[in-house]
Amino acid sequence: MTKQQSFYETPSPPGLRGIWAWLLTRDHKRLALMYLWAILLWFSLAMVLGLLMRIELMWPGRTIMGPETYNAMFTLHGVIMIFLVVIPAIPAVFGNFFLPIQIGADDVFFPRLNLLSWYLYMLGGVFAIISLFSGKGFPDTGWTFYVPFSVSTNTNVSLTVSAAFILGMSSMLTGLNFITTVHRMRAKGMGWMQIPLFTWSLYATAWVQLLATPVIGITLILVILERLLSIGLFEPDKGGDPLLYQHLFWLYSHPAVYIMILPGMGVVSEIIPIFSRKSIFGYKAIVYSSLAIAIAGSLVWAHHMFTSGISDVSIFVFSLLTYLVAIPSAVKVFSWISTMYKGSIQMTPPLFLALAFIYLFSVGGLTGLLLGAAGTNVYVHDTQFVVSHFHFTMFGGTGFAFFAALHFWWPKMFGVMYNMKRAYIASILITIGFIFHFIPMMILGLMGMPRRYFDYLPQYATGNFLAGFGAFIIVAGVALMFTNLLLSFRVRQEAPADPWGGTTLEWTIPSPPPLHNFIATPEVKDFPYDFRQVSDHYNTMNPKEQE
Amino acid sequence: MKQEERPEPDDPHVMGYGKLFAIIAALLVLTCITVAVSYVNLGFYNVPIALLIATAKSSLVLLFFMHMKYEGTAIKVSFLSTIAFLCIMISFTFWDVAFR
Repeated sequence: MTKQQSFYETPSPPGLRGIWAWLLTRDHKRLALMYLWAILLWFSLAMVLGLLMRIELMWPGRTIMGPETYNAMFTLHGVIMIFLVVIPAIPAVFGNFFLPIQIGADDVFFPRLNLLSWYLYMLGGVFAIISLFSGKGFPDTGWTFYVPFSVSTNTNVSLTVSAAFILGMSSMLTGLNFITTVHRMRAKGMGWMQIPLFTWSLYATAWVQLLATPVIGITLILVILERLLSIGLFEPDKGGDPLLYQHLFWLYSHPAVYIMILPGMGVVSEIIPIFSRKSIFGYKAIVYSSLAIAIAGSLVWAHHMFTSGISDVSIFVFSLLTYLVAIPSAVKVFSWISTMYKGSIQMTPPLFLALAFIYLFSVGGLTGLLLGAAGTNVYVHDTQFVVSHFHFTMFGGTGFAFFAALHFWWPKMFGVMYNMKRAYIASILITIGFIFHFIPMMILGLMGMPRRYFDYLPQYATGNFLAGFGAFIIVAGVALMFTNLLLSFRVRQEAPADPWGGTTLEWTIPSPPPLHNFIATPEVKDFPYDFRQVSDHYNTMNPKEQE
Repeated sequence: MKQEERPEPDDPHVMGYGKLFAIIAALLVLTCITVAVSYVNLGFYNVPIALLIATAKSSLVLLFFMHMKYEGTAIKVSFLSTIAFLCIMISFTFWDVAFR
């Protein structure tokens, strides 16, 4: 392939030079990168907060902070990680960059709206930061903002809730953009069953974003109104119902779990066939399971409320529905494993991270069944077990998928290769650290240690020390991973257009892509994962050759 | 599945004034009926009838003023899915309250 001018090198229009070429850009690729740097910044901040909490818990009693600070820490850690990192990470960065390319388009359908989404995202982040240093301190409610505490506490809940509201707007507009883009901008000849699985997962996610996010927006406004006007919507004395808040909150926030995980599953569905040199097993099953997860996942919210006083009939129905989500999730896992079966597997950092995803997410999913069953749920509710479970799905799932996507698409986004050996070491460190961190937490939860406590009984000391030790390993691994990726800009080992032997459209264009993505009309294959035409070079290449 | 049919982007679905005024008239008549019915005690049927008239009015607005009648399948499905989501949301929440 001849050398083409990349989107970095293409001169911007007059009046849009320097920083303005980025701040006023409507190019989906530039916006994706702007999201990337912002998200990495937030992730690093929230990770440090998490580490500080773990240091506090490494030894019984007060270690480095008191209970109020600890409460603010876990709230801030949760709010940043959920609203500013995990929800937007994969769709905003890799979705923005690769969705249009995978369907053969030159941009998203609403480029200006895309820019607005980024500004809303940043504004939400700024509001969250301001709420730290204004009013009476950062909220101590946890990221769930449960009433009546969130209405009665003197801390700065209103501003943080406003931040979450603005971030919801950003997420919704991105979803709207993706749905419209997929419907209206697919290349000629790309029917629904020719769409790559990553784009399919983003499409299913976008529907959940669009339908469920307004609910949290309205709910958060109700919290603000309650704080300002004391209407009594959630107060029994005034005819309100505190459980109504929990219903409304989880109506969004449980589907939000699938907003977080579905794009990660899409990433893994791209990585597994490429490094197995084998067509994806069950393409249609994976597509339909994405849609099934999106639909079924929207019907299970009250499993967060089994101990809150909802009716027994509701508990029975929501427990049953929760179990249903396991079916499409399992369809995906079995399809990935079947793809690898008898494949010509080639280990790379993206594949390693994708495999870690499958393992960790499976543990997260299976422990979810324990929580979905009403009986065991009552036993472990609000314990460290729950915290461990959702970190297995959110970090072990989405986090690892994000890291896998970073390593998978980094050469395409920046046109440079990173050091493979360091990438492996970092990935292994994070995986080991993760297990050290969250397995003890799971055991602590089963032993009865509650969540959101800054101190504990002596019998929990060993588990908490081990978890803290694991946290240090994770941070070391993440630091090495980010350093390694950033060092690739310095070493500048040029990446070819198709470093892995991929079959979807992004691998047919130069690395990094040109401004309008495609120089010639993209040629759409009948099946996006047809490896028959991939060069034999990739099938025989050993890992050392890739370095 | 084949690529869906894409309507012409420049087609603005312009409706004549006659049709628009007819719909406004229908909406006004339905509003009058709502007010009139509120003076008659129909017992159990008070709420269902009020809801029925309101549904008819919103359907007119959606179909003609918001051009839903002229949109493609994707937009119609999008709209219906929001309605379905709302129904599920309300019914499941009320259901919990009903059995408490």
